[in-house]
This record gives sequence, structure tokens and C-alpha cells, in this order.
Amino acid sequence: MTIAERVRARTPVRRWGALTAAAIVWFALYEVNEPFWTWLVKDVVGLDLTSRLGSGVLFFVYDSVKIGLLLIGIIFVVTVARSFMNVERTRALLGGRREGVGNVMAAGLGVITPFCSCSAVPAFIGFVAGGVPIGVTMSFLIASPLVNEVAIALLFGMFGLGATVLYATAGLVVAVLAGFVLGRLHVERWVEPFVFETRLGGRLIDSSLALSWDDRIQMGVEEVVTILRRIWPYLLIGIGVGAAIHGWAPEDFFTRYAGADNPFAVLIAVAVGIPLYSNAAGVMPLVQALYDKGMPMGTLLAFMMAVVALSLPEMILLRRVLKPRLIATFIGVTGVGIVAVGYLFNAVIPS
Amino acid sequence: MLIKILGPGCANCANLERAARRAAADLGIDAQFEKVTDYPAIVGYGVMATPGLVVDEQLVLSGRVPTAAQLRELLATFVG
Repeated sequence: MTIAERVRARTPVRRWGALTAAAIVWFALYEVNEPFWTWLVKDVVGLDLTSRLGSGVLFFVYDSVKIGLLLIGIIFVVTVARSFMNVERTRALLGGRREGVGNVMAAGLGVITPFCSCSAVPAFIGFVAGGVPIGVTMSFLIASPLVNEVAIALLFGMFGLGATVLYATAGLVVAVLAGFVLGRLHVERWVEPFVFETRLGGRLIDSSLALSWDDRIQMGVEEVVTILRRIWPYLLIGIGVGAAIHGWAPEDFFTRYAGADNPFAVLIAVAVGIPLYSNAAGVMPLVQALYDKGMPMGTLLAFMMAVVALSLPEMILLRRVLKPRLIATFIGVTGVGIVAVGYLFNAVIPS
Repeated sequence: MLIKILGPGCANCANLERAARRAAADLGIDAQFEKVTDYPAIVGYGVMATPGLVVDEQLVLSGRVPTAAQLRELLATFVG
């Protein structure tokens, strides 16, 4: 039995009433989070909050709950909002677009279209078979994981609006430019031939049609459960490592080796980030801890982008449709874009 | 009735198959199930977001796992 069937919030009053109540509970929990843990760790357990153990423990529990709440809230809202959009509609909008305008549109649509990277292969084939240029398709596939709701939720919660807007803008620019460059390189040669032979058959259905509000709300709840179930191990490991850095790493360790003075810092951060398989949730606590230790924002955002945008499992999936040379070019072009963004931010943002 | 589940074997594909089997059983439909994991074949049905559900060669749903009630409603239209 599904959640919607169990709750049976069918009347509008009950449905919106339940949503309002959920929102109030959410805000209340978010507000009491810090005072509650501070009280528990300091007054009940009796740890000194300036000590390594005390600050590490507080960082871990407080951050786990805060990140969990942010994820629940933002994934739910984004899923409900995105249920009005779908991949079929996106493909129809992009079909036959010229490069340039097409890349910009594709990157934007990559952000608002509900899309799981597990569908990267059928979407790639469907886009190309539907007349979307390869470069434009790549802009979509880069933007979609890069500027995703999990990254946005966490950045907003930890660094506020400024860093979030910066990250989202940079992510879009990287997606547009990398897709455009790949299109210019005429990478069609390195796409597996069967992709061009595939014909889109069947009647394309509009999967956002005929969804009621109850359906959309239920999809939101299910998405929250699915994502949290998938990412919680990464999240806990990330927060654990973050807490360890917070409490134990020497104050100047990272600034000495990866600070603003090191011209190779961004390059190293991206090179480390590409093979690292995690997601925004796992990386974020680390990013925050490193930021607190004085690492510059540009380096950290570049690191996070490299982790989120380029991952080994997705490359293995895409290998079904892309030849190794194209995958290498894809990683190279996107990586260069991310490095450029990192240096730009470090130059612009005073640390 | 021939029901095809389109998808490369992701968690949602398994969820969809389980839900579809239950819905068919609820309705007392004698349905055969088939998994389609080949990408060109999946896209051939017009599916770009997995999982997809094909009933008697007609694509009825893609990109999400519907509720059991929705599936029963969907399948019932093919019986009448």
C-alpha cells in the first residue's frame, strides 16, 4: 500500500492542511537543532565545546540533522515543482536547435527536468535520434547532475545565497561551454554507430500528464525516501571526515598545502575530485570543514563540481553509447572548464 | 496480455515489475512478463526515462513507478 493510499488526504483542505503542518514541523525542527545539540553535548554530556572531541561531536550531530532536514525539504519541493516537466518535453524543445542557443537551453532544461543519471543512456539515444545535436545533448547531460537539488540545498544551507548562485551560474556556464566545444570538435565520429541507426518508435507519452496533486505530493515523498536511502552512507562518511578535520586537522595544514598561495591548488583539487565517487551530499560536509580551515571558495567549488559532474559509474554507463576517445574528451573539456571556474572564483572572491 | 518492463535493471525497474505483477494478480489478469534491457529496443518504444511499461506493444508509462491503484486502473482499460 502506498503512502497516498494510506493517508487518503483526498480533500483539498486535508491535503494542504497536512502540507502546512509538515512545513511548520520542519521549520520548528530546523530552529531547535543547534540549541538542542549544544545543550545536550555541553550541559548533559559535559563535553567542552572548545575541545577537539567536543567540537567534533557537536559538528557531527548538528550537521547530520541540519543536512538531513535541508535535503528532505528541498528534494520534496523540487520534485513536486519538476513533476510539471519531463524528458520528452525537453527533447521536443531541443529537437533541431542550432548549437549555441541550443546549448544554453539544454543546460537550463538540464536543471529543471526531472532526470536520473541512470537514464543517461536512453536519453542520449533518444535525444540524438530525435535530432538534438550531440553537443547540445552533452550540455544537458553535464548540467543535470552538476546543478542538482541536493547540491543547491546543501550549498544554500551552509554558505548562504551568494555561494549557491555562484555555483549554479558557474555550473551552467561549464555545461554550456563544454557542450559547445564538444559540438565544435565534431565528436559524432566517436559515438557508437548504433545510436544513429536507432529510430524513435512508439507513441511518445507525456509522463507529466494526468498527474493529480496527490500524485505529485506522493512523488515528492517517495523521491525524498529514495534519495536519502541512496546517499546516507556517503553523507555520514562525509560528515564524519568533516568532523575529524574540524576537530583534529592542524589549523594551517590545508592553507599551507592548498591555500590561495599555491597556484596548483585548483588543478590538484579537480584531479582528486574526478575519480572520487561520491555525490553532493558526501562532499559538502568536507567542503565546509575545509572552508573553515581556510581553503579558498573557488578551489572548493571546483573540487565539488569535479566530484559531482564527472563520476566513474556514469562514464561506464555512457561507454555503451560513447567511444573511449569521446569519454576522454568529455572528461578533459569539462575538467578544464571546472578548473577555469575555480581560478576565476579564487581571483574574484576575497578570502 | 503481454507486459514488458523497459529498463536496464535499475531499482525502479524491479519496483515497477513488482507493482505490475501485483496489479495483474489483483485484477485476475493472466499476464506474461518480459524484461527489455536492450537500449535500442527501449528507445524504440519511445522511452527516454526508465522505467517504461509496455502493455500489448503499447507504451503506457515511462519515467516513474506508479501506485498500485494507478496500475490497476491502467491495466483494467486493456481488459475491457
